[in-house]
Amino acid sequence: MRKNVIFRGKLLPLLLLLPQLVITGLFFFWPAGQAIWSSMLREDAFGLSSNFVGLENFTDVILDPTWRAAAGTTAVFAFSVAILALSVALLLAVQADKAIRGSSLYKTLLIWPYAVAPAVAAVLWLFLFHPQIGLIGRALSTAQIAWDYRLNGGQAMLLVIVASAWKQVSYNFIFFLAGLQSIPKSVLEAAAIDGARPVRRFWTVVFPLLSPTSFFLLTVNLVYAFFDTFGVIHALTQGGPAKATETLIYKVYIDGVENLNLGSSAAQSVILMLIVIAMTVVQFRFIERKVHY
Amino acid sequence: MTDPALRASRARQRRSRWFAHGALLLGVLIFALPIWITLVGSTHDVNTIGRGDVPLWFGAHGIENYLAAWSRGSAALRNTRAVPAGTMLWNSMVMATLIAVGKITISILSAYAVVFFAFPGRMLFFWMIFITLMLPIEVRIIPTFQVMVDLHLTDSMAGLVIPVIASATATLLFRQFFLTIPDEYVEAAKIDGAGPLRFFRDVVLPLSRTNIAALFVILFIYGWNQYLWPLLIITDTSLETIVVGLSKMIGRGDAQNEWNAIMATAILALLPPVAVVVLMQRWFVKGLTETEK
Repeated sequence: MRKNVIFRGKLLPLLLLLPQLVITGLFFFWPAGQAIWSSMLREDAFGLSSNFVGLENFTDVILDPTWRAAAGTTAVFAFSVAILALSVALLLAVQADKAIRGSSLYKTLLIWPYAVAPAVAAVLWLFLFHPQIGLIGRALSTAQIAWDYRLNGGQAMLLVIVASAWKQVSYNFIFFLAGLQSIPKSVLEAAAIDGARPVRRFWTVVFPLLSPTSFFLLTVNLVYAFFDTFGVIHALTQGGPAKATETLIYKVYIDGVENLNLGSSAAQSVILMLIVIAMTVVQFRFIERKVHY
Repeated sequence: MTDPALRASRARQRRSRWFAHGALLLGVLIFALPIWITLVGSTHDVNTIGRGDVPLWFGAHGIENYLAAWSRGSAALRNTRAVPAGTMLWNSMVMATLIAVGKITISILSAYAVVFFAFPGRMLFFWMIFITLMLPIEVRIIPTFQVMVDLHLTDSMAGLVIPVIASATATLLFRQFFLTIPDEYVEAAKIDGAGPLRFFRDVVLPLSRTNIAALFVILFIYGWNQYLWPLLIITDTSLETIVVGLSKMIGRGDAQNEWNAIMATAILALLPPVAVVVLMQRWFVKGLTETEK
C-alpha cells in the first residue's frame, strides 16, 4: 500500500492531495449528497416550498409504469449491446490471433472506432439507416420493407444497439486479443497432440481460459451501455418513438432537465448510483479473484 | 503421421487461414463502411444527398463543403444559429487537452502523496478518491449542475473542464506504478540530500513518462468525446464543442438538412481522436489495458 522508505512531512502531502480533494468534494460528494437529500423532498405545485417525504419518491419511481418500462428497455438494450459487442470482438480476436500475414494491420484497422464518440457513432449509422438519405435505409425501402426508425420502436432499438455495439467492439477486441496472446502455446499444442480439432480446442481449452477476461468485459460493457450511450440515444432517437428507446439514464435527464421534476429525478439518480456501486463491487471482487489465479 | 493425415491437416490449416482473412476483412469493412459513406457524402452537393442518391465514390464539392462547414457551419431547421466547425474544433481541442493534462497532473500529485508519505488521514483520502469511481457524472447531473450555477461556472471553459478532472483511475494507475519504484532510489535521494519535490521532479516524473503518454491518449479521447456535460452547461454557442454541435445540427433528422455539411463536420469531429489512436497505437493499447486493471 505504501513504500517502506518514505519522506517525512505532513503538510506537503496534504498540499499535493488538495486539488484532487477539493474537486472531488465540490463536484462529487456534495452533489451526490444533494441528490440523496433531494430524493427525499417533494416540491409543491408552484415550486415555492418543499417538504420531507422520506422514501416516497422512491416508491413512486419504482411503482411508476414508465420507469419500469425504461428499466426493461435498459435491460434489453444493455444486454443486447454487451452480447453483440462481445461475440463479434471474440470472433475477430480469435482470427487475428492466428499467425496470419497482415494481422498487425488488421489490428490497427479494427481498433480505431474506440476513438469515435458515441454520439458521432450514432450520426455515422444514421447516414446508413436514414430512410431517405441512408444507403441501407433506402435499400430496405426499395425492397418493400417499411423502414423508418423514427416511427418504428423496434427498428429504433435495433439501430441504437448496433451503433452502440459498433463502437465497443474495438475495446473488447483489444482485451480479448491480449487474453488470447497470454495463453501459453504449450497448452494449445498439448491439446492438438491429444487430437482435439480446432473448434473443440477453442471451446474446451481456450474459452475457459478466457473466461476471466470475458466476465470483466461483460461488466465493463454493461456499464458502458448503461451510462456512456446517452449520446447515441440523444443524437439518434431522443428516446423515441413513443419512449421505445428511453433508457434509465435518458429518463433521468428528461425528468430532471426538461420536466424539472427534481425529486423524482434525484430518486432515479440514487437508484442508478446503487446500480453502479453494485456493478463496481462485482467487478472488483472478480479482479481480486483473478489475482489469485 | 501418415501422408494423407498430414495432407488433411495442411488443408485444414489453409482453410482456417482463409477463414481468418475472410472474417477479419469483413470486420474491417463493416467498421469502415459508415466512415466511407460519410467521407464520400461530404464531397457531394446538398441535392445529391437530399435526393437520396447515396454516392459510393467521391464527388467534386469536397473543398467547398469543408470550407463551408469550417467557417460557416450548418443549422438544423429548428435551430436558429449555425456554429462554424472551426470554432467547435478549437473548443473541443482546448477542452480535451485541458482535461487530459488536468487529470494527469492532479492524479500524479495525489498518488505521489499517498505512496511516498505517511500522514494522518492518508487511507481515508485514498478511499475518498477511489469511491468516485462509483459516481459517474450521469447519475448526479442535476445537483452537479446546481453547484456550477452557484459557482458561476456555467458557459465557461473552466466549467467544462474542472468538474471532470478528478480521476480515480489515473490515481490508481500512478499509485500502482509508484509502488514498483525500488526503495533504494528513495534512500539514495535522501542520502544525496534531495527533498521530496526534487525527487519527484528528477526521478519520479522521468520514470513515469510512458505511463503519462499512455494515459494522455486515453484521457484525450475521453475528454474529446464528452457529451452530456457540455450539453448541460453550455448554452453560449461560441463555446459549443464539436460532438454536441454535430448532434444539434441533425435536429430530428429531417431530409432537408444540409447533409453534406453535416457529413463534413462528422469527419472533422472524429478525425482528431482517431488520429491520436492510430498514431499512438502502442501507448493507446498500454493505457487502455493498464487503466482497467
